[in-house]
Amino acid sequence: MQEIYNLIPFVLISAGILVSLIFEMYAKNSKRIIAWFSVFIFLAAGFHSLVNVDNAQLFFNSMLQVGGNINIFIFLFNFAAALVVLMAMDYSSKYGNNFGEFYILLQSSVLGMMLMAGAKDLFVIFLGLEIMSVSFYALAGLNRMRLKANEASLKYFLLGSFATGFIVYGIALIFGSTNTTSIPQIVDKFGELTHNLLFMAGILMFLIGFSFKMAAFPFHMWVPDVYEGSATTVAGFFSTAGKTAAFSAVIITLGSVFMHGNANIFEPYLVVLAVTSMLYGSIVAIAQNNIKRMLAYSSIAHAGYLMIGLASGNYEGIAGIIFYLAAYTFMNLGAFGVVALIEGKDETNLTFESYTGLSKKQPFLAAMLAICMFSLAGIPPFAGFFGKYYIFIAAIKSDLTWLAIVGVISSVISIYFYLRVVVIMYFNETEIDLTVQKSNYGLLAVVISVILVIIIGIAPGSLIDLISSFLK
Amino acid sequence: MLTQYIPIFIVLSIAIIFAVVTVSASKIFGPQRPNKEKLSTYESGMKPVGTTRERMSIKYYLVAMLFIIFDIEVVFVYPWAVNFKSMYAEQGISVFFSMLVFLIVLELGYLYVYKKGGFKWD
Amino acid sequence: MEIPIEYYLLLSAFMFIVGVVGVLTRRNAIIVFMSIELMLNSANLTMVAYSSFLGNSVGQLFVFFVMTVAAAEAAIGLAIIIAMFRNKKTLNIDEINILKW
Repeated sequence: MQEIYNLIPFVLISAGILVSLIFEMYAKNSKRIIAWFSVFIFLAAGFHSLVNVDNAQLFFNSMLQVGGNINIFIFLFNFAAALVVLMAMDYSSKYGNNFGEFYILLQSSVLGMMLMAGAKDLFVIFLGLEIMSVSFYALAGLNRMRLKANEASLKYFLLGSFATGFIVYGIALIFGSTNTTSIPQIVDKFGELTHNLLFMAGILMFLIGFSFKMAAFPFHMWVPDVYEGSATTVAGFFSTAGKTAAFSAVIITLGSVFMHGNANIFEPYLVVLAVTSMLYGSIVAIAQNNIKRMLAYSSIAHAGYLMIGLASGNYEGIAGIIFYLAAYTFMNLGAFGVVALIEGKDETNLTFESYTGLSKKQPFLAAMLAICMFSLAGIPPFAGFFGKYYIFIAAIKSDLTWLAIVGVISSVISIYFYLRVVVIMYFNETEIDLTVQKSNYGLLAVVISVILVIIIGIAPGSLIDLISSFLK
Repeated sequence: MLTQYIPIFIVLSIAIIFAVVTVSASKIFGPQRPNKEKLSTYESGMKPVGTTRERMSIKYYLVAMLFIIFDIEVVFVYPWAVNFKSMYAEQGISVFFSMLVFLIVLELGYLYVYKKGGFKWD
Repeated sequence: MEIPIEYYLLLSAFMFIVGVVGVLTRRNAIIVFMSIELMLNSANLTMVAYSSFLGNSVGQLFVFFVMTVAAAEAAIGLAIIIAMFRNKKTLNIDEINILKW
């Protein structure tokens, strides 16, 4: 009985997808019903996994693990999805993707992410990745009358499935050189396999494919276009839960390699990607005038910071990544939530000009956005600062002090464009009027994310202790 | 040596005789009233001659999309059917129900397409 | 006569490279998509070859999953391409450029 009890989040979401499909077919007022139903199952699954965070267990011939840090990931995915549903309830009719399918696709993408986070087998990683990606392609282009959304989803689809091709070929080569797809078995043989050229080629292709999904520098081309073209709530979901899912899969594979005493042979690759994504993201974001594109480039820079944690290759690095992902999920969702609230009909009010003097017109929203921006920039009392702090400490511990210094330089550059938003909102005057549609649920989601950002910022120790206790 | 091929030759000769007899019988006994449409090459109802870059109706693509999805899922049923006996001996009736669950999920998708009007041609 | 495994691996690597080059050089969205399918199928060929070489049926099982996933991707991709074509009347990737930095 205990077995099934631990699997409840997976069962709940899978059954939820089917039930929502039936609602969509037969219920008259399906959008409202499915929206509240998905909030309910997301919260139920999320809190169930948080309560059972100590019960680690393997399922399905040890192909799937539940418990420990995996449950933290599952909580993040589900909670982020619940917040996105709250934001989308009023936003969708404004933007024009108000279909019941929107919520069903969110549910199925969360199912894929949960499979990815819990995978102990390359099979399951692949399946989870594809369930997530296919739902994402559809989510990006759900409003099929809008040319921008079409273009975003086409670009996302072509580049995303290109990356999938690399991942599948990499898995094929890894299987061929190890005669297994089980990750623990591959990790056991890892020491001797490093001399096998085919295995190394396979793992490199696997990494390249995931670099696409993580939006690291040379593989970032789709990020700004997809974020700008798709709905703001959806873009917020891509940049938080999608990135978290990609990193969770990489932590499962790479993390379990160097946590078993193997050398971190991927360090050169990860270091190059980390440095280039941080600097590229921070510098190009300065030149942006559209706030969604600015947030997209900042998400490339954040992928760079997260890769420092992978490159340092120790327990502290992995714990730092998980902490950073938790902080990043809430601060970025808060920022996207405010952008979604301010955005007018037909994708207006997205440039910085619309934000001038926001503190006079919408003081509460301006304060919320300012807190998210401070946190994204890594200014001390908020969660973002401690995320960066733990990751840089991990880098210094593994003799990568110069990488931490590059990270600090990049954060200093990024302060410029994050604080520019704050300056525009608080110190610039304007005559232009801004009408903001009222949306209580969207406001609720923003407030919840900001409260979480502040709580994580005030008490970072308990979260990082919890995460590290599962890694040892 | 060649004796083992005799059955094949028998089948081959029967096929040839059958084809020749039926075609010539319909030529001899059937009424012959040819017109332009009847004499043109049969191309499943399409115009046989013309530009090959002609655009198809977009409805074909919709049907093709749905076909791809429901067609490929059979790939999971084949290995299940082949191994059913040995799996049944090991694990009992749960083998049957796991496939039933899969098919119900698939059927739900089919029902969804039907309800949303995915099969309507007009 | 036994065909050595290297032949299969070389063929699939060649197919994979053809797919990658196709994605990078062709300009029609549907042809780009077909090249991606070629990449997936080259991985399938590698899997099946290894599976029979190592005597481990896991590889063939994986091919089933890749096939179904590729079909799902094909359906989604065709849907996106049709939606794009209805709005823009072109599938040339160079002309799909309203989103630019």
